[in-house]
Amino acid sequence: MSTKLNVIEHVMVPDHQIMSEDEVSELLSRYNITTEQLPKIYHDDPAVKMIGAEADDVIRIIRTSHTAGRAEAYRLVIRKPKK
Amino acid sequence: MPSPKRIGQIEFGLLSPKEIREMSVRKIIWADTYDDDGFPYPQGLMDLNLGVIDPGLRCKTCDQKASDCPGHFGHIELAKPVIHVGYTRLIRKLLRVTCRACGRVLLSPEEVEKVVGTEDDLTGDLLSEKDVKKERICPHCGEQQLKINFEKPTTFSEVMVEDGKKVEHKLTPADIRARLEKIPNEDLIPLGINPDVARPEWTILTVLPVPPVTMRPSIILENGQRSEDDLTHKLVDIIRINQRFKENQDAGAPQLIIEDLWELLQYHVTTYLDNEVAGCPPARHRSGRPLKTLSQRLKGKDGRFRGSLSGKRVNFSSRTVISPDPNLSVSQVGVPRAVANEMTVPVRVTPYNIEELRQIVRNGPTRPDVNSPCGANYVIRPDNRRLRLGADNLDTVADMIEPGYTVERQLRDDDVVLFNRQPSLHRMSIMAHRVKVMEGRTFRLNPAVCPPYNADFDGDEMNMHVPQTEEARAEASILISVQENILSPRFGGPIIGGIHDHVSGIFMLTHDTRWFTKEQALYLLRYTKIERMPEPGKVEDGVEYWSNKQVFSVILPESLNMVFHASSCQNCDTCKKEMCERDAYVRIIDGKLESGTIDKKAIGAFDGQVVNRIIRQQGMKRATKFIDDFTKLSIRGIMLDGFSFGIDDEDLSKTEYGQIDEVLKNAALDVERRIRIYEDGQLEPMPGRTVEETLEMQIMQVLGKARDQTGQIAGRHLGLGNSAVVMAVSGARGSMLNLTQMAGCIGQQSVRGERIVRGYDDRTLPHFKKGDRGSDAHGFIQHSYKGGLNPTEFFFHAIGGREGLVDTAVRTSQSGYLQRRMINALQDLKVAYDGTVRSTGGKIIQFEYGEDGTDPTKSAFGDPVDVKGIVESILKEEV
Repeated sequence: MSTKLNVIEHVMVPDHQIMSEDEVSELLSRYNITTEQLPKIYHDDPAVKMIGAEADDVIRIIRTSHTAGRAEAYRLVIRKPKK
Repeated sequence: MPSPKRIGQIEFGLLSPKEIREMSVRKIIWADTYDDDGFPYPQGLMDLNLGVIDPGLRCKTCDQKASDCPGHFGHIELAKPVIHVGYTRLIRKLLRVTCRACGRVLLSPEEVEKVVGTEDDLTGDLLSEKDVKKERICPHCGEQQLKINFEKPTTFSEVMVEDGKKVEHKLTPADIRARLEKIPNEDLIPLGINPDVARPEWTILTVLPVPPVTMRPSIILENGQRSEDDLTHKLVDIIRINQRFKENQDAGAPQLIIEDLWELLQYHVTTYLDNEVAGCPPARHRSGRPLKTLSQRLKGKDGRFRGSLSGKRVNFSSRTVISPDPNLSVSQVGVPRAVANEMTVPVRVTPYNIEELRQIVRNGPTRPDVNSPCGANYVIRPDNRRLRLGADNLDTVADMIEPGYTVERQLRDDDVVLFNRQPSLHRMSIMAHRVKVMEGRTFRLNPAVCPPYNADFDGDEMNMHVPQTEEARAEASILISVQENILSPRFGGPIIGGIHDHVSGIFMLTHDTRWFTKEQALYLLRYTKIERMPEPGKVEDGVEYWSNKQVFSVILPESLNMVFHASSCQNCDTCKKEMCERDAYVRIIDGKLESGTIDKKAIGAFDGQVVNRIIRQQGMKRATKFIDDFTKLSIRGIMLDGFSFGIDDEDLSKTEYGQIDEVLKNAALDVERRIRIYEDGQLEPMPGRTVEETLEMQIMQVLGKARDQTGQIAGRHLGLGNSAVVMAVSGARGSMLNLTQMAGCIGQQSVRGERIVRGYDDRTLPHFKKGDRGSDAHGFIQHSYKGGLNPTEFFFHAIGGREGLVDTAVRTSQSGYLQRRMINALQDLKVAYDGTVRSTGGKIIQFEYGEDGTDPTKSAFGDPVDVKGIVESILKEEV
């Protein structure tokens, strides 16, 4: 018998959310960028797997920040190249 | 914002023999360079078709002069193929994964697909040696494979089993080349090789390119002899051996000799390409120095990349020893006249400055003393010809200049220059100063700017650079002047401020209350351009007196209000405020120092609360003036009383020595008592520790306490009349611990935080009994530096001191490498106008700089607004 660890519930794992298409297009126009210019995250990242995001999704990560209190970051999910 | 041009792809390939012959302008066959008349041999290594280096000659290929001809490649036809050392690993891989008979990859198409993926779904993986089992049978032709051994640097052999014994059979480069030729193009793609640009057999050289003479120029020594470049020497070797090889081959020499020569040719080609290959003795110059061949030109710190492309030597720079001059402003730098005469600023001639520049040209290149106006060294004509000014042509050139000319004027006072000290670890390591031409041979700087450069005057040297364009000068004075860099982005406080004697001096000047006559007060304030004195603080017998706090207040801005605790504050439970007997409660009301002592907390580098507040309220310019003022005031303050330290300043009286002996004796007894308790088995271990650890901790504690007690005893005797105490209390240098060690007791020496235990069996030195746990057997030094150490103590002290030295050495090398990697990773990032941090490709690294978009130099120690400071400054009292 084994209990599976849910990384999302761990205190040190920040909140990960999948962004809707509208949110993504708003994000891209806000920073005047393409998805290629976003920071990346691998599709097999434990938190990404847990929230069920697929490659080419954009993820919003909300962290508590030393400087700002709350900080949002966005990442594009990409497939991890083998090796 | 996309970068102007995006690189689509980069193709890496090999030069094919065909390409080498095509780009070659001449086949080289003679090992000789120049004939007796100094003329290059045709088809020799210095053939005129390969470009020219001698002035006057013209290139036979492009018909250009030495300065314009870029040089052209030639080639050498090798008698037999040789391996290129740079590709031995690739060759080994190819030999191991392909069939020795048919040349196909030793995997079936299905097996290849498993690793590489199908055509539409590539995994991104490539075939590696590990994917092929050793000594298997070829799936295509059924040939039994043999194990391939590779011996550094360039020997390949097949292992055969003959009569049950393993026999190594050597492969010649020609054999290898034949095998590589057999590999079909389709099989190369899953191996990560594009056969269009890199056929594997091209890793075996059959023809060698000869680089143009322009990249291996010969130099003519003073005695008129020619000295050839290392590359030329190596090429000579290659051609000689190649020639001999051919002769022997044609004469039908025995196989053994041919093989030897082949190996020799391989050795020369190998060292020509890389002279630091493992398993290969480096080729040496006649003097014994290893030759610097092709790969050595590129590699390492002084190689082409790090030495010539990422960093280069520059003109308009100078370097000399630095020394202090407290009378300079922090934004100035004293430049020796010899340097100022040599370094120049180009000035374009316009109708508005022509007369001034004519005069400068007339002044000529020699400036007799620092007060004479600057001269000029060169005049550049509109056709870019340079005229060097000498005593004979000053007037003619002065009359000649007109708009369109440029005059290279010498450095003069108030020119902007960049000043730098290595290692340049942060941006304050290069700052713009204003020139002050001085006599002497050293750069002079105000000691208050030492902290950002991390400079001292024990022989440090610094560099100066002269910006050559208006843009550069504008950037230098607006962005990187000392004035703009008082605040460090590291912690948001002033990094420039008083050090050492500035702090001691201002402490002695402002401590308690003293009264100065007008003469004394004016002496103190001589260098601070004050317009009028404040009203005298008191008049006695008709003589006007100013208090020390009044004198200091003169240099404060009038609207300054702040309350804080000085460095000398002992953090008492209840603050006595103005009644503090240490005078540590600083209150500045309307620019008047009402109470308290100015010390490190107020004006010191890294702390400097007053400096910080002035920057926030009045700006950088006023703060610079304040720093200039207090450095001068404090130096004069310290000169008023004089400040020195001698061996007798560590003297205590008989009573103190008696007390110290008493304390140490008691401590030794206490240690012995605890050891006895331990030996009797009565010692109660602390939670989570063994009995031994508990004992060690107790002993350390007892001895540490004993040392502190001796310090307190010494401190009772040494008051503010003692210079070391003044320095420790004001925060200028040293601490009371240093003083304790000088006058009281040095205390326990430690290695890795523990008492010293290493040495002999169960003892540190043969002077002690085995198993002695006493204080003196494990590095407790009960004497003071003044009193002197006994031999065992001295030895323990050396042990403890060595640990510190090793730690610093290790730390600097590690942090230096870390810094290098950090800089390489972060150097091109910048904050865009929308507040994001982006790379040059426009990729976002941070969505908001530092997550809060705050510039640390403009924040108040991490907070956007210093609420407390503002409230205090308005209420004029502590909150």
